[in-house]
Amino acid sequence: MMEGEITLPDFFQNILNKVKENFSQSIVETKYAFGELTIKIKHEFLIPLMQFLKEELEFDYLTDITAVDYPEREKRFEMVYHLFSLKNHYRIRVKTEIKEGEKVSSMTKVWGSANWLEREVYDMFGIEFEGHPDLRRILLSDEWEGHPLRKDYPLIGDGKQPY
Amino acid sequence: MVQVREIVVNMGPQHPSTHGVFRIKLWLDGEVVVKSEPIIGYLHRGVEKLAEHRTYAQFTPITDRLDYLAAISNELGWVEAVEKLMGIEVPQRAEYIRVILTELTRIASHLVWLGTHALDIGVMTLVLYCFREREHILDIFEMVTGGRLTCHAFRIGGLPQDVPEGFVDKVKEFVEVFPKYLSDYHKLLTNNRIWLKRTKNVGIITAKDAIDLGLSGPSIRGSGVKWDVRKSNPYSVYSKFDFIVPTGEVGDVYDRYMVRMEEMRQSCRIIEQAIKSLPSGEICAKVPKVIKPPAGEVYHSIEAPKGELGYYIVSDGSTIPYRVRIRPPSFVNLQGISKMIEGQLVADVVAVIGSLDIVLGEIDR
Repeated sequence: MMEGEITLPDFFQNILNKVKENFSQSIVETKYAFGELTIKIKHEFLIPLMQFLKEELEFDYLTDITAVDYPEREKRFEMVYHLFSLKNHYRIRVKTEIKEGEKVSSMTKVWGSANWLEREVYDMFGIEFEGHPDLRRILLSDEWEGHPLRKDYPLIGDGKQPY
Repeated sequence: MVQVREIVVNMGPQHPSTHGVFRIKLWLDGEVVVKSEPIIGYLHRGVEKLAEHRTYAQFTPITDRLDYLAAISNELGWVEAVEKLMGIEVPQRAEYIRVILTELTRIASHLVWLGTHALDIGVMTLVLYCFREREHILDIFEMVTGGRLTCHAFRIGGLPQDVPEGFVDKVKEFVEVFPKYLSDYHKLLTNNRIWLKRTKNVGIITAKDAIDLGLSGPSIRGSGVKWDVRKSNPYSVYSKFDFIVPTGEVGDVYDRYMVRMEEMRQSCRIIEQAIKSLPSGEICAKVPKVIKPPAGEVYHSIEAPKGELGYYIVSDGSTIPYRVRIRPPSFVNLQGISKMIEGQLVADVVAVIGSLDIVLGEIDR
């Protein structure tokens, strides 16, 4: 389950122990690679985990929200959250997997910065967020069809000259 | 009974103070902004999609086009992320030259910010001075890379070639004269009564709100949060240099202005130290001809002139990245604008946009 368990630094081990204590049932996988700790969790437990990380473990800054598309998997999308602790200067990555059409809980109640970041994920991947106050396209125009960062979306549109 | 009528004003996307193609819809009650809605995406080029169809090396020059005022910073973030993924150790000389070029980029980017910000508020003179100094820096870039705006200065593993003769002297010359110019700018603005009226207590954002909205770089430091990626998670050889991280107190336009002004001086200090201790030796690590990182994922971020610039790479072990996510500082910083301008006068919107230092190339990608 753990990759490189021996080399896990103390502070990450502490974080991991505390998360495991509180969320033992909902953790899917934990991984430590390239000096970065990743926790994969069932998507129903995303908000409680994030609140726990923010309030108890001082990960007070949401750096980034994004998604990765794996069309061959049953649970097609992987949501990726990067958190940062302004006090301790650690980073942590939280992941969750969802099926196509499944909704993820919005992080806007925990961090204000999630608003635009989630809108971008919606725009690019078509993942919907439950509880988002203003879920619209952000970079593309409202009439745009499809979600460009999905793997089945072509780089060049049909009938156009490749360059 | 006085009848209140709201007027909706569209500012941009062709407004000179929006620094590119940024549009903001303002609901006005007289001159006061009641509500605002920023609209972006006019410059969207699908950079993240492009990355999934280019090799790692081919993507480096594309990163130049994100924040085109600080092309070298974008490259540094990308090449370091790939190096982290592949476990490449970059030679010391290359690291020092990288630091010198990136800090020069920071000064160049801040100079454009200062000139245009002042121009927006009504100081016409300064922009000419700023562009004169920026020209020095661009000349140095041209000397090293052949490019002035989109330089393509770095390669994965180090540098494409060593710096030419005369580079050190030219940088030394710049570092010597620049603090004098900087104090000239201070003389023009810092205690200028009109400048103070236009910037003090305008566009305030508290530290708590700034953290909640994910601001980074000078925009969060203006609110008093002492956080700089160069200090908190040192990359390259930044841990070897002595510099301070300036912060503001109130979080208004003036504080953000002072933070950036001081940052230019600190960048100058870093360059000075780097030039003094510039080691000799190799300029590129042994990198395989075909760059094929192992499967895995990394997140690497640097302190770009605008804030935290992060790259998240997912590799499937092939020569082409499976997914590249760019965390642009301006995109997240821009979210703070509504909070800053609501309740302020419409003329202050221009000052606030300027103080956020946005570049649409990286917001829209």
